[in-house]
Amino acid sequence: MTDPNSSVSHLDLEESKHTFLDANELVINMGPQHPATHGVLRVILRLDGEKVMGLECVIGYLHRGVEKIAEHRTYTMFNPYVDRMDYVAAVSNGLGYCEAVEKLLNVEAPPRANYIRVILTELNRLASHQLWLGTHALDIGAMTPLFYTFRDREEILKIFEKYCGARLTTHAFRIGGCQYETYEGFEKDVKKFLAFVAPKIDEYEELLTTNRIWVERTKNVGTISAQDCIALGVTGPVLRASGVKWDLRKAQPYANYKLFDFEIPTGENGDTYDRYLVRMAEMRQSLHIIQQAVEGIPEGPIMAKVSKVIKPPVGEIYHSIEAPKGELGYYIVSDGSTQPYRIRVRPPSFVNLQALDLMCRGQLVADVIAVIGTLDIVLGEVDR
Amino acid sequence: MAEDTKSPQPPDKEELAKAANPAGSGTPDPSTPGTPKSATPATEKPAAPAAEKPSAPPAEKPPAAAAPAKPAVPAKPAGPVPQLWDSPLVAKLKRQYGTGLEAWTYLNQNYLQVDRSLIPTVLQLLRDEDQFDYCVDVTAVHYPKRERQFDIVWILYSFPRNERLRVRTQIADGEHIPTASSLWVTANWLEREVFDMFGIQFDGHPDLKRILLPDGWKGHPLRKDYGIIQQDQEWVQINLGIDSGQ
Repeated sequence: MTDPNSSVSHLDLEESKHTFLDANELVINMGPQHPATHGVLRVILRLDGEKVMGLECVIGYLHRGVEKIAEHRTYTMFNPYVDRMDYVAAVSNGLGYCEAVEKLLNVEAPPRANYIRVILTELNRLASHQLWLGTHALDIGAMTPLFYTFRDREEILKIFEKYCGARLTTHAFRIGGCQYETYEGFEKDVKKFLAFVAPKIDEYEELLTTNRIWVERTKNVGTISAQDCIALGVTGPVLRASGVKWDLRKAQPYANYKLFDFEIPTGENGDTYDRYLVRMAEMRQSLHIIQQAVEGIPEGPIMAKVSKVIKPPVGEIYHSIEAPKGELGYYIVSDGSTQPYRIRVRPPSFVNLQALDLMCRGQLVADVIAVIGTLDIVLGEVDR
Repeated sequence: MAEDTKSPQPPDKEELAKAANPAGSGTPDPSTPGTPKSATPATEKPAAPAAEKPSAPPAEKPPAAAAPAKPAVPAKPAGPVPQLWDSPLVAKLKRQYGTGLEAWTYLNQNYLQVDRSLIPTVLQLLRDEDQFDYCVDVTAVHYPKRERQFDIVWILYSFPRNERLRVRTQIADGEHIPTASSLWVTANWLEREVFDMFGIQFDGHPDLKRILLPDGWKGHPLRKDYGIIQQDQEWVQINLGIDSGQ
């Protein structure tokens, strides 16, 4: 795919040491309390006029030491904590964690549980993308999409609420399957939602796709090549918009994604506009997956045989899933006790944020806002 | 608060057991052949408390309480054991580096246990010749009871081969390790996080400084000897103007 021998010359690490002695250079501070940084992200910009010469991210304002906490909790007790990382896609976080522990325990969730998991995870992907679209468009100056997307996202949260009682930090899954059977009318609700939201996505596109202001603000802004994406470890829609057809749901299928037919949308230019198009297409693919899952959902148990006290054998595992933001991985080391010896979370937002510097160089200050938005970071996950 | 006062005491006991475990059976387990390992804890564990009880006063009540539970535990995880992993890639690496490198597979995941001195060359080789073009993660694990206290883990992925590989090495406390950020730019922040959380120095890193914690913070929280409610009191008092965040 890429030539591993080719150097990433313009990513040359020496460059960051280079100091600009130009009298026109200006260093300004953006954040940590800035409405466009989607949380508490501080960006130190080096500017020449309006042009960004380079920037540095200062993160950690939301650091809660999730990995340390994990070492002092049992496997079951740690489960709700993962929801608080990427809190707009809590279901995905939970899925990754539960599957990682299941792998370590060598158990598999029953088919019905997997269907429920896929439906909820894809609904959550949709909710995450809707929130991204609303806030991203708002940052750039289009206010209407925010109201549209939040109106429709509400319907997803209602389904979550009816299913497990929580809207955002759902803690929907348990190690070994699901805690709750679907409620009466779950499938009907999901089908109703699918019929409701499909035309809404067209509506978002009508507002933006050919909107001249939107196109001018996003085309050729924050461009990143496939080669740089891979060098920087950038995954998810950002990688796909640069033309790499790679999605963990296809590349290394987990849950029961193997059973579903769906496409991996990709872009060509790797700019903000392409990332927008890729995520819009992904929303439709999610609907397509949910449709198949809700039609094929089998009867049966929703919990595998897992002992009450979870005690994985000595060993280690790395398991990753395709979260809405990219590859979300859990590296778990077990010492055979009830508490994990070490849990490392590989957060997509953290790794993707590293690309901000490269994507913003040579752009204007206003584009930094667009690029932060298009990276779709959640600071709860960046800082953990 | 209630939790805080409660947790420090039991964890002490648990931590002892935990720390003893990886040092005794846990640590060598993944790194040394799996088959003998599975046998040793089974025989060792029940034997150890039995031998200790009459002879050793230092081991107080915990072993006595743990003794009845322990024989049951090794019986159950008759589960998977790391197997030797063989592939053309491993054969090639073995030819070049011989005993400095061991290849294992556990739960269908492959990993290499590599000698510290071979790390730069092996990583370079994996990227250049074996197409491991994506460095997923760099992290560390702390085993305080071990002589070489830290495991450094590189999780690699190859887009052309659709294959994952973990590379693992052991280093002592205070020992440096060369940076991988010249091979994969993404390692830059990942290594900064390892430095921040474990205090491991990466030689040749372009900008090795703390990333999640504030620059002036003392201590590295993911080390096992760093308590769960421990903090840099001085930093908190000076910078936040409060006595304690607890």
